[in-house]
Amino acid sequence: MTDTTTPSPIAARPDFAAIAEWVRPDTKILDLGCGDGSLLRYLREERNVLGYGVEIDDSNVLSCFVNGVNVIQNDLESGLSSFESASFDYVILSQTLQAMRHTESIIQEMLRVGKEGIVSFPNFGYWKNRAQVISGHMPVSDALPYSWYDTPNIHLCTLGDFEALCRQCDAHILERRVMNSNHQVKILPNLLGKLAFYRFERQAG
Amino acid sequence: MQDSNSVGIVTPQYVHIDKPLELRSGSVLSSYNLVYETYGKLNAAKSNAVLVCHALSGNHHIAGVYADIPKSSGWWDNMIGPGKPIDTNRFFVIGVNNLGGCHGSTGPASIDARTGKHYGADFPIVMVEDWVETHVQLAEHLGIEQFAAVVGGSLGGMQALQWTLDYPEKVRYALVIAAASKLTAQNIAFNDVARQAIMTDQEFYGGDYHAFNTYPKRGLRLARMLGHITYLSDDSMAAKFGRDLRGDTFSFDFDVEFEIESYLRYQGDKFADLFDANSYLLMTKALDYFDPAAAYDGDLSIAFKNIQADFLVLSFTSDWRFSPERSRSIVKALLDNEINVSYAEITSSHGHDSFLMETAYYHQMVQAYMHNIST
Repeated sequence: MTDTTTPSPIAARPDFAAIAEWVRPDTKILDLGCGDGSLLRYLREERNVLGYGVEIDDSNVLSCFVNGVNVIQNDLESGLSSFESASFDYVILSQTLQAMRHTESIIQEMLRVGKEGIVSFPNFGYWKNRAQVISGHMPVSDALPYSWYDTPNIHLCTLGDFEALCRQCDAHILERRVMNSNHQVKILPNLLGKLAFYRFERQAG
Repeated sequence: MQDSNSVGIVTPQYVHIDKPLELRSGSVLSSYNLVYETYGKLNAAKSNAVLVCHALSGNHHIAGVYADIPKSSGWWDNMIGPGKPIDTNRFFVIGVNNLGGCHGSTGPASIDARTGKHYGADFPIVMVEDWVETHVQLAEHLGIEQFAAVVGGSLGGMQALQWTLDYPEKVRYALVIAAASKLTAQNIAFNDVARQAIMTDQEFYGGDYHAFNTYPKRGLRLARMLGHITYLSDDSMAAKFGRDLRGDTFSFDFDVEFEIESYLRYQGDKFADLFDANSYLLMTKALDYFDPAAAYDGDLSIAFKNIQADFLVLSFTSDWRFSPERSRSIVKALLDNEINVSYAEITSSHGHDSFLMETAYYHQMVQAYMHNIST
């Protein structure tokens, strides 16, 4: 018997592919709020990275074990004190930012621990979200699949909002990609984009 | 007892090691015996061996039962067996009684061939590093050049860790459970009270009680009672015993009244009948001395620089004797060395003893981790 892990079912995750495009092969990455470890596994298979995940939820941690990826069970809200400064090539926060209480401090920690940060989040400025708010309701969609009363998403933002936070945190944006399902959105991204991806580094000086 | 996932009836085996062992203390043992048990089959490539290291009061009998002795299940029978987290259908699992113990391997209660008398107080102090050397001899005896995994809880976890430091190329995976890279002052303090209980027993005779045909039962019993308290948690004791009385009212004397008193005394008595006091002293001392970072100015990250094994580190929320904080420092030092490591903090109310309990999440973790280890 050799490696007994099952093939990864991640073909249907264009957001993973978008992140993988930014990750150079053979690098070291930290995936914050790594969920079941699918992204880590994808990046290991596609980019041969040395990856670690941080996850608080028991069943997700167990899924990471099943997926055979490194995971450290820890509460992101308490910071990244287990990780040395500049010890990772990339620190990734994939669709987790909007669920964090300490949004600003996690960006600061990403800038400390990683040479680069990669963040993805659902764009609250997407026109369908706006339309639902105008119609008098909190948005519910495939990117925001929760009702207002049971959502873990407490810090939703638009592209513009996130970029303002980056300026405030001295994060220099290196690259932005805005997606709608499988397609990149180049025109009116804050209106037509469902999912936003940013790659950033600490502002020099 | 006859659970279908049991390895079934097992028999201990012995090996006599003739190669002199130079102990860290400077003493030399010219030869010694090790008692061990194995479960499952060593594959042709000899790549599926798993060494399970035992804790303070454990031994080589980790799984299965002895013929004609009911209630003789191994101490980790819930973890090891066919289909269990450490699956004996896939792995060849080895349990060994550590040198200095009292269950068949050479220890203070053994007869010293040179004198024809019990070693007693003359048995040298052994350290975790010394145990690893004896395990190496056993591995050689069994024809194993590399372990798929070395596994241990508590003091056993320290041995698993030491293995990866001393023989980095001989361990593919280390499972370090409810352990620490060194004891805290509080932890050493508990051990010293335990030792004092034994050594101040009038029957101790400086460790040579065999010569006087007696043994320090009261001291060993107290040592175990104290230890037992620290292996449980306040919550688990409250849930199990609370302030329950054995009778209906206070008896206004110093006899056993509370259920917890009764339980502790029973545990103490049972243990004192089965364990050797000198071995208990040795085991606690091995715990106290363990500190692989000491040679590196206390820098665990530097101490770990040669590690090659992948690690699973587990801790339990209610374990205050080997707290999650201790496990996290191990994880931190592994991360600093870019070692593959996973860490889980398991919610459990059973204190340090949690590592012996059959908690679903805990066992699923070990099962999933072991499943991904190729054989």
